[in-house]
Amino acid sequence: MPHSTDMQASSPPRAVKDEPMEDEAAMPAHVANPAVDDDAEMEQTEETATATASQGDKEIKKDVKLQDLFDDDDDSDIEVDDSIFTPTNVANLKASDPEIMRQFYQRLFPWRLLFQWLNHSPTPTNDFGNREFAFTLQNDAYLRYQSFATADLLRKDVLRLMPSRFEIGPVYSANPRDRKQLGKTSAFRPLAKELCFDIDLTDYDDVRTCCDKANICNKCWQFMTMAIKVVDAALREDYGFQHIMWVYSGRRGAHAWVCDKKVRSMDDQKRRAIAGYLEVVKGGAQSGKRVNLWRPLHPHLARSLDILKEHFQQDVLESQDPWDTTERAERLLGLLPDQTLRDSLRSKWDAAPGRSSMSKWADIDAIFKSGAASKKFDGKALLEAKQDIVLEYTYPRLDIEVSKKLNHLLKSPFVVHPGTGRVCVPIDLKALEDFDPLEVPTVQGLLAEIDAYQGAEGEEEKKGVADWEKTSLKPYIDQFRLFVNGIMKDEKATAVKREREDESMEF
Amino acid sequence: MLRHHDRVEPKRRNVVDHRKKQFASPQYKHAEYPHRLNFYIDAPTADITLEQFEQWAIDRLRVLGELEACSFRNKSPAETATHMKSILDKYLPLDSNSSASGKLALQRQKDHYSHFILRLAFASTEDLRRRFTRVESMLFRMRFHTDDVSERAAFVNGLNLDWWEAVSEEEKVQYAEELAAMLPVRKTIEDESWFKVDWERVPDLVEQRRVFLKQGKAFVPGREQQSMVVSEFTTRLEKQLELTARALPRLDEDDRLKPILTHLSKNFITPDASYMAGSTAPEGANITAANIDNLSQHFPACMSNLHRSLRRDGHLKHYGRLQYTLFLKGIGLNLEECLVFWRQGLRHKTDDEFNKEYRYNVRHAYGEVGGDSNRRGGGYSPFSCQKILTEHPPGPGEAHGCPYRHFNMENLATLVQSMGVNDRSVMQGIKEDKDGQKFHMACNRVFEHVHKTEIRKAKDQGVMTANQLETIVHPNEYFKRSYLLKNLAKETADVEMEG
Repeated sequence: MPHSTDMQASSPPRAVKDEPMEDEAAMPAHVANPAVDDDAEMEQTEETATATASQGDKEIKKDVKLQDLFDDDDDSDIEVDDSIFTPTNVANLKASDPEIMRQFYQRLFPWRLLFQWLNHSPTPTNDFGNREFAFTLQNDAYLRYQSFATADLLRKDVLRLMPSRFEIGPVYSANPRDRKQLGKTSAFRPLAKELCFDIDLTDYDDVRTCCDKANICNKCWQFMTMAIKVVDAALREDYGFQHIMWVYSGRRGAHAWVCDKKVRSMDDQKRRAIAGYLEVVKGGAQSGKRVNLWRPLHPHLARSLDILKEHFQQDVLESQDPWDTTERAERLLGLLPDQTLRDSLRSKWDAAPGRSSMSKWADIDAIFKSGAASKKFDGKALLEAKQDIVLEYTYPRLDIEVSKKLNHLLKSPFVVHPGTGRVCVPIDLKALEDFDPLEVPTVQGLLAEIDAYQGAEGEEEKKGVADWEKTSLKPYIDQFRLFVNGIMKDEKATAVKREREDESMEF
Repeated sequence: MLRHHDRVEPKRRNVVDHRKKQFASPQYKHAEYPHRLNFYIDAPTADITLEQFEQWAIDRLRVLGELEACSFRNKSPAETATHMKSILDKYLPLDSNSSASGKLALQRQKDHYSHFILRLAFASTEDLRRRFTRVESMLFRMRFHTDDVSERAAFVNGLNLDWWEAVSEEEKVQYAEELAAMLPVRKTIEDESWFKVDWERVPDLVEQRRVFLKQGKAFVPGREQQSMVVSEFTTRLEKQLELTARALPRLDEDDRLKPILTHLSKNFITPDASYMAGSTAPEGANITAANIDNLSQHFPACMSNLHRSLRRDGHLKHYGRLQYTLFLKGIGLNLEECLVFWRQGLRHKTDDEFNKEYRYNVRHAYGEVGGDSNRRGGGYSPFSCQKILTEHPPGPGEAHGCPYRHFNMENLATLVQSMGVNDRSVMQGIKEDKDGQKFHMACNRVFEHVHKTEIRKAKDQGVMTANQLETIVHPNEYFKRSYLLKNLAKETADVEMEG
């Protein structure tokens, strides 16, 4: 069906193509504004606001014309244009709507912090300039090997192309835009990228009972909480990494960005080593028992087990109740290695249907103590089997491919998830247990908050209050700033040290 | 600037008389070989004849080729060692100092020179470099393992590796519990000597969780020293090979060594690549999207499983699609048919979704789109058993990989039964193969069982030579042979009917 692609390709660009001109008109206002430098945000002063408003007017006119041409076009288009600046209607728009995206990128996205985060210094360097960005455009086309010298240029291009999301790749040895000229030589190769982890709740579908596929709730988010605790502990204690940021991925998972200088330049082999070190639950649906560990347990696993034990009782046995039906209980029995024990448990549960998972878990020990297991199966073997089960149900399930490769791309923090409209915000580890993915601000909500703020303040709006400060995005951006400053401070310290050493060499 | 005309340019200042230098006889240091093992740090400098140059290289190549074959067959280190012993003795013997052999110096010289000759031959492309490093490291590891304990210690000390330090007594006490977890049951911490290194030095030990990690330092038990030395060997060799690659163009004008070197590297082609040559459809086979269901009776377990999963779920995850697409490409399904196959196979997807998310990947695999090298190379090669066995083990919801390796016995039994194996002894054999990690043996066992009448017939009639019936190490070979055998049977049956 080649036709369908053509249609796809031709309709959205209409909206996109119009952007640059209007945007050009809006840009000088920013550039001329001296306050820009002080804030993470590009300031949205009244000046720009009016500029945007007049754009809006232009667009309406344009659309009327277009509408004459396309009579059978569904009328969502008109709605979009009429309603842009009234808060109630913003909430009704889809998150990926170009107008929503424009306002988000223009008024809320922390460009400057993103730049500092990837650049590791306030003045532009190759760390940022040779970094690959990849855009997913409104028509779902995927644009790779974009690169930008500064935050402003990135922002400008994002506003021109209005991607529904964008991803961050590695720093290359040369500017990614020049890669074609460099040809096949080794002059163009990836040099550095943060070590990333991706955990996705869909990988827990066989152990969670509350939701499946892309759906999540607070019950199954607990799996993510445990996963973050375990992985974070390993990265900090075992490897000594310090700059680790966890980010909600916008729908059903979380990403980790490990940004230490030493980590960024690691080759694939080292990344693979860390990934393998952390991977415990192996194999697919066909492999049966998926946790098979050597004893004695490695210190990392012993620690993880300590962390996870408690969660297993509460968040798995109690809230997921994973073995409630006979069918599901069969899965538990399959993980117990002793036939005799299995048989006695099965008959007990058949006799009393509706026993909760909690009681069934306790039954294992009870039946075992009553002597209903074969002789060669001793207490130690039972304990080990039970440990394996706890790990199979709670241990983090990483999407390991993301971590293994230096040149893997990962969605940038603070972009909007097009499906849910939620912003990919950093997760505060100090309040990890309180993080509620369903409370994460949506882009529509944030835009409404700005307008509500302006409404409340009336005309006498205080100067120098950036748009993001008026919204519930503020705590997340503050947190990000803290994180970025930590990295920059560290890198500055090493740079100064090196300089001093250089100086002393000269004399 | 003219006033500088009397000054000697800095670059030339040191050249006193270049003519003298050109013909001065070089003062080469004659290489001495105090140890059996060699890190190959200094290049050889003495003269050897062209015949020696070629012969030594060929001998070493034979050893390396055999080693690689062992790894493709998934042999354990012990099996590899036994298998390699006779070959090493014949082509590249290397005796210990204590053996009092009179040929020590000669053997070690040959080892040294042949290594450096092959470096020249295998430095040219990244693929060759990677494989060369891999097998050379295997060879080094094997020799290191069999080396005399005291001589090995002397060798390691001679390396002057400064990046490890001993673990202090305080640390041993502080981390007693963690360290104990790293040891086999009946050993205590005191039995082992411990090293402390940056974890990045021992990535393979980290990956397998065989060391204790604390703040970026890995605590390595003494028996894992081998791994540290081997990884050092590998890293150094990798670096050296890249330098060699950069120096290679200097040989361009040479007409003595160049042909020998090219010839050597040509003899070292990957089994993966070698399959591509014969990847056309068997004669008379109707390879179309519509016929795949019918052909799937000839598929090995891995592909059969993928096919069934696709038919059952109407979907396969990324690596499953990749593995299966390349296999289909290998049996001779052309791109158009392959796109048709996937369009129909992914039955829950709309045309739109298919075009956006799947079409590109299929075309990429066929080399229709993508980078220059991908297009020129006609896309990826179909995966060999080696690749399927060792790379990307399947995760949750994924159906790729090798069932003999990645399934548990119960699920494997079900799958194999559905392929037509009901014989108890065959099943037992499969279980033993699986337990012994001889996955390709299990697969070949199934093949032989399913095709036993045809194989017998083919042998009797001499249609297929023993060569054509050797162990299968590629899924596409499995298909091809299965198809040929079954149709052979049909043909002869037809002939008999007529006659």
